[in-house]
Amino acid sequence: MGSERTYMDSVHRDGRVWNLSIMALLFLFPAAVAVIYGVLPDWNGLLMGLIATAPMYWAVAVVETFTYVPMLGAGGSYLSFVTGNISNLKLPVALNALDQADVKVNSEEGEIVSTVSIAVSSIVTTFIIILGVLLITPLTPVLNAPVLEPAFAQILPALFGGLGVVFISKNWKIAVAPVILMLALFIAVPALNAGTVGIMVPVGVLFTLGVSRVLYKKGLL
Amino acid sequence: MEFSVNSPVLFVLAGIVILAVLAQSAYFLAKAWRRAKAIGMDMDKLRRIARTAAIFTIAPAVAIVISVITLAKDLGVPLPWLRLSVVGSMSYETIAATNAESAMGLTFGQVSALTARQYVTIVCVMTLSIMVGIWLVPLIGKKLQNGLITLENRDKKWGDILSASMFIGMISAFLGYVFCDFSTVFTGDMSGLIPPMVMAVSALVMCLCGLAVKKLKWPWISDYALPISLVTGMASAIPITALLG
Repeated sequence: MGSERTYMDSVHRDGRVWNLSIMALLFLFPAAVAVIYGVLPDWNGLLMGLIATAPMYWAVAVVETFTYVPMLGAGGSYLSFVTGNISNLKLPVALNALDQADVKVNSEEGEIVSTVSIAVSSIVTTFIIILGVLLITPLTPVLNAPVLEPAFAQILPALFGGLGVVFISKNWKIAVAPVILMLALFIAVPALNAGTVGIMVPVGVLFTLGVSRVLYKKGLL
Repeated sequence: MEFSVNSPVLFVLAGIVILAVLAQSAYFLAKAWRRAKAIGMDMDKLRRIARTAAIFTIAPAVAIVISVITLAKDLGVPLPWLRLSVVGSMSYETIAATNAESAMGLTFGQVSALTARQYVTIVCVMTLSIMVGIWLVPLIGKKLQNGLITLENRDKKWGDILSASMFIGMISAFLGYVFCDFSTVFTGDMSGLIPPMVMAVSALVMCLCGLAVKKLKWPWISDYALPISLVTGMASAIPITALLG
């Protein structure tokens, strides 16, 4: 237990150092461009751009942090919130790995499995994007070919079909109510679409937790 | 120096940040791997998990490359390369770039040549708007996780249900999203059926993989079940879209 705590503590310590360093580097990018080209931002454009963009994404980021950190584990969270593409890549990768290893994310084994899967996924993604950038001229007509467009447009349904079967079949009693609720909401409310699904994730999580708690208290789980 | 959105200096700057992010992933991978060895985990199993994660990542990563190509029309290659390797996503970057450009009187998708000043403004909007997750996790991640572990230790069974409920809640939101265009069917437009049908194909393939593991005793399939169902689902989208789109 002692060494487990030490390992987890060291993950948090290293994660803090890495994330804050990467954050500083990300700010250095526009700063360096400004210095090299001797320009300052268009302050009015910056302010108006931020007003139009930041409040929604800040709110979403806060909600995502509280929603995803418990599912990703410590190392997985530090990595995922730096590398991005959480719901469409990092979280499914981690969920599948945890299922493959048959461990819980908050155990030490789960923490390791989640970190390994997300780190490997991040590295592979980075290399594939580098390859894409290097080969952008020959790749553009291939990847933009109309015949392939439907395949890439349907990644999320293809991803959550498989993942849904695995988790719902194992937890069908928990899944019935949230799946029905989400289907009803997404079919009936036109405002719910690809742009707003991120906001519905915490809604789904909180609703499922509530339903599970009631079922658990009634001895049905 | 004359500015261009594809200037070599921008590639170098973006490359430095991406290299640092790559180093972070390699560092955490090595750290977790060492710990796994130290506590006697099954390393063969961990290798298989790593292999599955790598294979599964390929198709979504290619989709990210497509996003880089799309955004490169306005912003050049280095910025989308950086933004989609670190934190960002296609939808976020498009919205942030559109808002920043329209604040300066430009129209996203119709910009022929950005000035250095416009470029710096766009990068600042994109960076400042997306930064919360990077600093919030160091701030509250440990407390959040420790709270959850305490909760789980207090009631083991509820702890297991809690984890499963969070996963199911997330998955149910995305299953709902798959049906967001379904109502078009009521107006005679069958394109709303495409995502549910793709999802059904993927789910069916996952069930077949499960059957192959149980009935045919092919345990190796379980390592590849998710990548197989993902790619098959994506491939099925081509004829399904041709039929209903």
